[in-house]
Amino acid sequence: MYNFEIEKPATIADAVKALGRDEAQPLSGGQTLIPTLKARLAAPSVLVSLHGIDEMKGVCLDDDGRLCIGGATIHSVVAKEAQAHYPALAGLAARIGDPAVRNRGTIGGSVANNDPSACYPAAVLASGATVVTNKREIAADDYFQGMFATALEEGEIVTEVKFPIPQSAHYEKHIQPASRFPLVAAFVAKYADGVRVAITGASEDGVFRWTEAEEMLSNSFAADGLKGLTVDGSGMISDLHGSGEYRAHLVGVMTRRAVAAMGG
Amino acid sequence: MPKDSGIGASSKRREDIRFLTGSGNYTDDINIRGQAHVYFLRSDVAHGTLKGIDTSAAEAMDGVVRIFTGADFEAVGGMPCGWQVTDRHGQPMLEPKHPILAHGKVRHVGEPIAAVVADTLEQARDAAEALVVDIDELPAVIDMKEAVRDGATKVHDDIASNLCYDWGFVEENKDAVNKAFEEAAHVTTLELVNNRLVANPMEPRVAVGDYARGTDEHTLYTTSQNPHVIRLLMGAFVLGIPEHKLRVVAPDVGGGFGTKIFHYQEEAFCTFAAKACNRAVKWTSSRSEAFLSDAHGRDHVTKIELALDKDNNFAALRTDTYANMGAYLSTFAPSVPTWLHGTLMAGNYKTPLIYVNVKAVFTNTVPVDAYRGAGRPEATYQLERLVDKAAHELGVDPIALRRQNFITEFPYATPVAVEYDTGDYHATMDKLEEMADIAGFAARRRESEAKGKLRGFGVNCYIEACGIAPSNLVGQLGARAGLYESATVRVNATGGLVVMTGSHSHGQGHETSFAQVVAEMIGIDENMVEIVHGDTARGPMGMGTYGSRSIAVGGSAMVRATEKIIAKAKKIASHLLEASESDIELKDGAFSVAGTDKSVAWGDVTLAAYVPHNYPLDDIEPGLEETAFYDPSNFTYPSGAYACEVELDPETGHVSIERFSAADDFGNIINPMIVTGQVHGGLAQGIGQALLENCVYDAEGQLLSASYMDYAMPRASDLPFYDVDHSCQTPCTHNPLGVKGCGEAGAIGSPPAVVNAVLDAMRSGGKNVSHIDMPVTPSRVWAAMNG
Ligand SMILES: Cc1cc2nc3c(=O)[nH]c(=O)nc-3n(C[C@H](O)[C@H](O)[C@H](O)COP(=O)(O)OP(=O)(O)OC[C@H]3O[C@@H](n4cnc5c(N)ncnc54)[C@H](O)[C@@H]3O)c2cc1C
Repeated sequence: MYNFEIEKPATIADAVKALGRDEAQPLSGGQTLIPTLKARLAAPSVLVSLHGIDEMKGVCLDDDGRLCIGGATIHSVVAKEAQAHYPALAGLAARIGDPAVRNRGTIGGSVANNDPSACYPAAVLASGATVVTNKREIAADDYFQGMFATALEEGEIVTEVKFPIPQSAHYEKHIQPASRFPLVAAFVAKYADGVRVAITGASEDGVFRWTEAEEMLSNSFAADGLKGLTVDGSGMISDLHGSGEYRAHLVGVMTRRAVAAMGG
Repeated sequence: MPKDSGIGASSKRREDIRFLTGSGNYTDDINIRGQAHVYFLRSDVAHGTLKGIDTSAAEAMDGVVRIFTGADFEAVGGMPCGWQVTDRHGQPMLEPKHPILAHGKVRHVGEPIAAVVADTLEQARDAAEALVVDIDELPAVIDMKEAVRDGATKVHDDIASNLCYDWGFVEENKDAVNKAFEEAAHVTTLELVNNRLVANPMEPRVAVGDYARGTDEHTLYTTSQNPHVIRLLMGAFVLGIPEHKLRVVAPDVGGGFGTKIFHYQEEAFCTFAAKACNRAVKWTSSRSEAFLSDAHGRDHVTKIELALDKDNNFAALRTDTYANMGAYLSTFAPSVPTWLHGTLMAGNYKTPLIYVNVKAVFTNTVPVDAYRGAGRPEATYQLERLVDKAAHELGVDPIALRRQNFITEFPYATPVAVEYDTGDYHATMDKLEEMADIAGFAARRRESEAKGKLRGFGVNCYIEACGIAPSNLVGQLGARAGLYESATVRVNATGGLVVMTGSHSHGQGHETSFAQVVAEMIGIDENMVEIVHGDTARGPMGMGTYGSRSIAVGGSAMVRATEKIIAKAKKIASHLLEASESDIELKDGAFSVAGTDKSVAWGDVTLAAYVPHNYPLDDIEPGLEETAFYDPSNFTYPSGAYACEVELDPETGHVSIERFSAADDFGNIINPMIVTGQVHGGLAQGIGQALLENCVYDAEGQLLSASYMDYAMPRASDLPFYDVDHSCQTPCTHNPLGVKGCGEAGAIGSPPAVVNAVLDAMRSGGKNVSHIDMPVTPSRVWAAMNG
């Protein structure tokens, strides 16, 4: 790790100000950033900790009935507090990493990082959630822009994520045996106006919506209906844990299982 | 009735109190006043010409004490290899130089190029980044078969080729074996890979070198399984320090699994640098460094063939193995694919003719050496996969085919040079069949199928050679060391004992089980016996712990020393009791005169030895301390039968282990609980190899599985509740305790059962897959079923 200064603002406004400093970077749960620093793969001169910003923490319902989760809310809190409102999302949070990771890692950090194998991006995209920053509100469909790429600008922080609550939803993941991140996972969310399916872990472009499956499921919500539907393996990640072809196959399996778990 | 103390009792592990309460003393806990820290700059290319290192900018940086490069070690020996294998043609293996810091060339990713010693580790690391290293990259040789092709890039320019040796065993049998294949009624052939593994002990390696200028004494604290061996190798061959000026201490060590047997550059460096800098020098490996610098394990590619006669008797066995040595010869690397592997190819079977060929190959990868089981898992895996394959080809029951070919008469001289002293393979198989509830399998399979899953059952047998080894024999085989063990038993005046053993405990529980043996022999409380190990200044000599040798060899030395103690104590007792020595009996910690009620307590005898007022000073010396060296007359041969039941998800390829049964014959058992724990740990590593662990290089020699993000360690949730039994006991006939050793069995015996079970599950789903390589990951299973 290289030396750095640390700022611990108590408000979003102060955090934004601190992020204006030269080579400043937000630090949330540190579950991604700290290992990166230890390996000396990043060298920010100032870390701005979001840990002490109370207005970025917590789970609540807004007037539109959306589930709003503060950007600095840790996974274990989401696992507990979202359970009554959005069990599929709570279940996703409950199965990220291990207890140590869940007690530090945050939704804001996960969504900002947009690891192609992360869990939350699938929920955010499948829910058509809104990513709220210190500056603006960004629709999920515009927010995720490829592996580790998002619509966030320099110094912009994710302060909240607002999830419209679906009629039903399910997150089905097949883990990569070493990291236990998803090798492929599908988040299926059923709303009055249609079904959304988001896939993480599989594509070289990061999380994506499987629109063909969405169309079929919106017409008829049945796992069997998806049987003949396949995704193309060519744009899929291929590594020592599985070929693109295998991942493409798992996209179908995970989606069908999610639908079946929702009774479809 | 289970005993509550002594031999056969499940005494609680006394060392666990300090391990579990944070009061252990590991090497990283050792900090010497004024110590400096070293950071090793390691090669990030697999192969290249090292043209120069500019240290000037780095030297000027804050806190830097001194920067070392290969040139600083020109006057010093290279890393020694402890075993010389002779090839098929009677020629010694090729043995390249192995520098402490790279010199002239770099040969694997992770090879240390320069060492920066600084006041703090961060300063050392900062300065290492300022080193300017000039490397001309060369093509890397990674694939073993490519490496031995004519014209292949050479890992070492100063030796003839990348072929370290071409070993044939038993060379004289070769023609007869080939002839038996021509005459066979059936031949089963199998090609397989024994996947490369990273040992991953929980505690990474650490070395602290210290030097006392006033007395010219060196001390090395290190995470080693055999501190005396390190003292000998490093002192005599590398740094030229006589043993009486060098102390090596291996305190609490957090797991070794083989990879802490070897003498490593970092140890020699810290010892050397402490004198050069006149300051203690400490190195603690990071986990990332461990992946790139701890010797790896396994990595064999094999073709194996079995010839059977018309009645399905095994007629001959022939193997052709490529064994990866990595870029340099690690300390015992040459012995693993040869003498620890070829000699085990008979397994549990009376195959009359066997020929084993092994080509050891240099590649631009981390050196490969012994890892839990070392050679024996590779032998077992080949043989037990092959026998299963033969059974399916012939349409016979795999267990029946095994039983038909079991060795049943002992001692049994195999055609691969070893003689099994005892065993009862039918007994362990009987036990296994009972434990595995074979009768209930069909119902369990139906249950799985109702859930859309496939269920498979697989078995295997194993035999291993432990208690390594008769020194004169291993000397003939190329070992550059003896393989005896020593123990000193020191009885204090007040009756307590300290046993200094050359065995080393790095998790095995010796402090408990060794004490049980001595306590039982004398008839005193276990708590009166303290076991000391891991310090060359305290114990007489030691060959260390590996190859499941501690109780069989180290324990035997301790028994011999204790026998000497008892013999002398009886002399003292006979004097005190005024009786003839031959009438003295020792029972429950008291000496008595046979047939009388005259007796004297253990403590009175020991006190007399140190306060010899009333003492036979004309006959014997005062004091009560004895040393014994024990050199075994043979290996020991634990054996067993294992069964695995898996459930396979045909859609994802995921395999879960639902049941695992292990019936072992370890001979006599000192502490059943510790033995069970050893088997559990071994099974976790064997199942880890079978399902999860894989050390993978790309074609350029970059390690792809270089962290836990990509190297899958087994976790509790990957493992079932094991069913373990060691009630089948055929005691070893040639050591005083009748023990065989249990440390590696689980890792040796489990991989084939897992793979056999997976293939059985696939067959039940209509997919006749004849082989799948480890690790049996979901993606491989899916590919095999959909290929
Ligand atoms: C062992 C382990 C296992 C894991 N397993 C999983 C898993 O199974 N599934 C999964 O999805 N994840 C997994 N993770 C990742 C973890 O869930 C974290 O969510 C993730 O690392 C990022 O969150 P964080 O709060 O730790 O962010 P940090 O590490 O603090 O930050 C990550 C990045 O985001 C930036 N950042 C942080 N917060 C914000 C913000 N509010 N606005 C803008 N930028 C921000 C930082 O500058 C940094 O670049 C695992 C991590 C570990 C260590």
